[in-house]
Amino acid sequence: MSRIHVTTTVNGDEREYLCSPGQTLLDALRDELGMTGSKEGCGSGDCGACTVVLDGEMVCSCLVLAAEAEGRRVDTIEGVSEGSELHPIQQKFLENAALQCGFCTPGFIVASKALLEKNPNPTETEVRYWLAGNLCRCTGYDKIVRAVMDAAAELRQERTAA
Amino acid sequence: MPSPAYHAPDTVKEATDLLAANKGAKPLAGGTDLIVQMQSGRMAPAAIVDLKRIAGLKEIREEADHFAIGAAVPCTSLKNNAALVAEWPGVVEAANLIGSVQVRNRATMAGNLCNASPAADSVPALVAAGASVVVAGPSGEREVPVEQIPTGPGKTSLGDGEFVSEIRIPRKAKGGSDAYLRSIPRTEMDIAVVGAGAQVVVDDSGTCTAARIAIGAAAPTVLLVEDAGKALVGSKLDDAAFAKMMEAVSAACNPIDDKRGTVAYRKATAGVLAKRVVEIARQRAGGN
Amino acid sequence: MNAPEAKGSFKFVGSRPIRPDGVEKVTGKAVFGTDYKAANMLHGAIVRSPHPHARIKSIDTSKAEAVPGVKAVVTGADFPSIEDIIVRTGESSGSALDMSTNIMAKGEALYDGHAVAAVAAVTKQAALEAARLIAVDYEVLPHVIDINDAFAAEAPKVKEGIQAADLGEGQATRPNVTMKFPMAKGDAAAAMASAAHVVSGHYSLKPVHQGYIEPHAAVATWKADGKVDVWCSSQGQFDVRGLTASVLHIDVGNVRVMPLEIGGGFGGKTTIYLEPVAALLSKKSGRPVRVAMTREEVFRATGPAPGGEIDVKLGADADGKIVAAEIDLKYSSGAFSGGDVWAGAAHSINHYAIENYAVTGWNVLCNMPKHAAYRAPGAPQINFAVECAVNDLAEKLGMDPIEMRLKNAVLPGATGPMGNTLGEIGLVECLEAAKAHPHYSAPLGANQARGVACGSWMNYGGPSTAAVALADDGSVLVTEGNPDIGGSRASMALMAAETLGVPYEKVSVTIADTGSIGYSMVTGGSRTTYATGIAVIEAAKGVINIMRERAAKMWECDAGDVEWDDGKAVCKTGDNAGKTLTLAEIAAKAGATGGPIAFENGVNPLQHLPGYGAHICDVEVDKETGNVSVVRYTVVQDVGKAIHPAYVEGQMQGGAVQGIGWALNEAYIYNKDGRLDNAGFLDYRIPVASDMPMIDTVMVEKANPGHPYGVKGVGEVPIVPPLAAVGSAVSKAVGKPMRSLPISPDKVHAALNGG
Repeated sequence: MSRIHVTTTVNGDEREYLCSPGQTLLDALRDELGMTGSKEGCGSGDCGACTVVLDGEMVCSCLVLAAEAEGRRVDTIEGVSEGSELHPIQQKFLENAALQCGFCTPGFIVASKALLEKNPNPTETEVRYWLAGNLCRCTGYDKIVRAVMDAAAELRQERTAA
Repeated sequence: MPSPAYHAPDTVKEATDLLAANKGAKPLAGGTDLIVQMQSGRMAPAAIVDLKRIAGLKEIREEADHFAIGAAVPCTSLKNNAALVAEWPGVVEAANLIGSVQVRNRATMAGNLCNASPAADSVPALVAAGASVVVAGPSGEREVPVEQIPTGPGKTSLGDGEFVSEIRIPRKAKGGSDAYLRSIPRTEMDIAVVGAGAQVVVDDSGTCTAARIAIGAAAPTVLLVEDAGKALVGSKLDDAAFAKMMEAVSAACNPIDDKRGTVAYRKATAGVLAKRVVEIARQRAGGN
Repeated sequence: MNAPEAKGSFKFVGSRPIRPDGVEKVTGKAVFGTDYKAANMLHGAIVRSPHPHARIKSIDTSKAEAVPGVKAVVTGADFPSIEDIIVRTGESSGSALDMSTNIMAKGEALYDGHAVAAVAAVTKQAALEAARLIAVDYEVLPHVIDINDAFAAEAPKVKEGIQAADLGEGQATRPNVTMKFPMAKGDAAAAMASAAHVVSGHYSLKPVHQGYIEPHAAVATWKADGKVDVWCSSQGQFDVRGLTASVLHIDVGNVRVMPLEIGGGFGGKTTIYLEPVAALLSKKSGRPVRVAMTREEVFRATGPAPGGEIDVKLGADADGKIVAAEIDLKYSSGAFSGGDVWAGAAHSINHYAIENYAVTGWNVLCNMPKHAAYRAPGAPQINFAVECAVNDLAEKLGMDPIEMRLKNAVLPGATGPMGNTLGEIGLVECLEAAKAHPHYSAPLGANQARGVACGSWMNYGGPSTAAVALADDGSVLVTEGNPDIGGSRASMALMAAETLGVPYEKVSVTIADTGSIGYSMVTGGSRTTYATGIAVIEAAKGVINIMRERAAKMWECDAGDVEWDDGKAVCKTGDNAGKTLTLAEIAAKAGATGGPIAFENGVNPLQHLPGYGAHICDVEVDKETGNVSVVRYTVVQDVGKAIHPAYVEGQMQGGAVQGIGWALNEAYIYNKDGRLDNAGFLDYRIPVASDMPMIDTVMVEKANPGHPYGVKGVGEVPIVPPLAAVGSAVSKAVGKPMRSLPISPDKVHAALNGG
């Protein structure tokens, strides 16, 4: 079986891996690069636990072929915090108890960050519809929505201050 | 499991050559249907021909008489084209009901069409809009009305080596607009139990001069219900015309009972949604 | 235990600090069950039956074994024959033989998705290809899935060798009925006959899945010395150890289970599916083996919770006092007996003081996976039926439904249906709080209606072990054995901090593997904060006693003269009277005063109390399409004492939303061939963020005297009321009773159109 050599940028670092043509980006991240922060909850794009940002747009990495990432830019949960400094969204998830089991959390955080970069002042309804592709079975979403709204407010304040 | 070969050609010609050379090859646009089918084992293509690196297929062009939407344009990108949103809000909305934001950042209307699900959300909107597609193949290009691409669940009229390279939506008529709605059990992430798209054109007096009604998930393919459109033309879109239109919709529906809904529900709701989309389209067109 | 030691105010308990494992989980670093890899590991794949019921005539593995890279193949024949012993797993107990047969078919495939063989290979791809090449020759047998069909005397047998229940003299045997569970008091028939008002109805529910987002996965290595190491996520590593040892027929001491972070369980991870398969593949191959399920496999072969067919008849006197209840409930349990019907029966009449009742529960087999516990197992189904009937009764009498419930509510001191005396329960307080909540009197919009329901769960205590140790800088190290599914490390740290009088930040919590601490029962039954909390508090008290001795040594006085107060030892008599030593000061001198300071203990507390809640739900119905949206929702619950209130609210909100999903959208759908038609999150529709409003919570805190800080179990109660709260609201909006779940748009549409 011929394997494809892929060079791609992951969280700002140039990375290489070998993949089979049918392998997904999620599998490549988890199995070839050992980055297990992106989770597989369904493998069919229905749960959002594997959400990553591909060339600036959030996607389900289980619905991207590993080979497609050649020359692209992939940003994952592992790149959200800067060093040991948490991103305000991560901090607000902690303060709001917006996670219980924590399995869906990486996907929610990547998706929420993508939202706030496009829409710094979302309504509750906008947050809910944006995150509709991320399933959480533990929280009932209440505290997640509050965390994202809180983080949005803090980021707006930071921006004004800066 | 035999692993497919992966190709990412630079031109339409290379793509059609690759597809023609290998009957088991499949074009890959957004991949949100194809990759799911591959992962579940329902489809095992011998080769994958990724269309996303072909110049032009990720663009929306505004031509004098139509919008040309490349086969690899993801649904969310449609929202960034102000002219398209202004002229065909229903098409843009329909495409942006598919799956989640994550899915719509990958999924394309061409893929939604060629997956040939009768429940595809963008297809009734495209049919109502009178859209056509450019089919690229080994012997060149041909232009085909959207409704002629799917021939049954999972089946298309595309020949060997052919793929849809572009969707063309005519510039909207003066006094015209469109809308699409669907019924789903949740608010997002579902496949339409039934869907309805409408385009109506209204003159200055408020009389409907043209109408196209398309229904999804109510027959083996998306239905263009010509009688429903006829019921509206010449009317002021009054209750009597709506009643006739809804009757025509129900009569045209030929749904099945399945895990997503019943025959009775689909028949009844198709008419309700048709009425709602015509009302929205009329409002957008400036009538009342 | 006596009265709560709570002085009414706490220093740490009741605060909302960041959970100890939080940073790992928001940065993607936490290692979940699906994330673990062992060196030189093989990948497994499982072959599953496409038939709901079939005799396995033969299995040909030769082609699979010929695939390059394949190292081992196992079938049911490789599983040791074992005695049919009963194994307890906390929320449920079951036969080890049934568990073994559910894990791998033995001669007969009993449901779509039943494992029949497994293979391990050097790559995932090779394993999948080999699995495809395993040829199973099936003789397809008649199957039955629907409860009503399976209950019939002439139904096809779900499997060979069923021990059907003795249904009494003159009663025909029903081949798939394995238990009849009667409960009675007074004379229900006579009381019903003389009741002023009677309501009755038949209620139907389909099986539903727990729907945790993390699929099952396990890595096992069977070493040459016969010891087996397992890495997996579960609700209890000790019960995984016990069950795995039973199924493999080896000593418990030869199995060590390393708990990984768990991505949701809700009862569904109190049992095992993959661990023995991975272990046997490892035994044959001599290498560690990882076996993981796809989402489709999770739906086809794990869970679900029982479906139910329930008849309820209630009679009340002219004042609204419920005088009689006649209830018949049939629950499915999959292709194996056991099941939740007894719990359903026990929760049928436990909210109300009813003098005359006759309740009959029936356990019915069907060709589905062995059902698993799901949050308050057995209670939501029966509660849907009974609480809808109570609302019907209130409507018939023209009474406010909360007033009706207050009139009938069980009070502290009453005897529960299982013969237990109910202590400081808080149903009345919950109902009063619900009645006073602004939601209850808020005006409704067009096409909106409101439903209310209460619900309860018995809760549990049981065995737990915890240890507390001090580091020489005064750090406090808590070690316990209960997987943290929803913030329990934070609760344990808070209780340790409160007991010791040291800041929360000084406490770290480790969840140990089965080789590192004594037994703890599963995280389930709403027992962890209660029972393991007591184990932690007792261990902390043990450490306090040691510190008092060490301080006494340093002061050269009697330990009896040293008291522990607010994180410090205080000398009460002698030359040093009034002097203090902090925990850190004592810890720093531990080496000189007798060695490391640590205390481990096991406890088995059973003074848990049942929990009660009352929910208010507003829905809006689109009368043309039948779509229902929940527009406002309030959860009131007696939580005893909320140790970490944010995570208690989270339990209340999450449970309520699971219940709303159950009411409106979730169901197992089988096609006519007995195959599961919605084995994925696309068509098994759990609620998404845009479906839900904010979920308002009111925590009623009526302390449990059986816990030092007043804890009652909180995790399960909140899934019990929503089915009836939602169902009653939709019924009101539609103007017809909606008694079959899920209340999907087509059912609402049909009801609105004369269906």
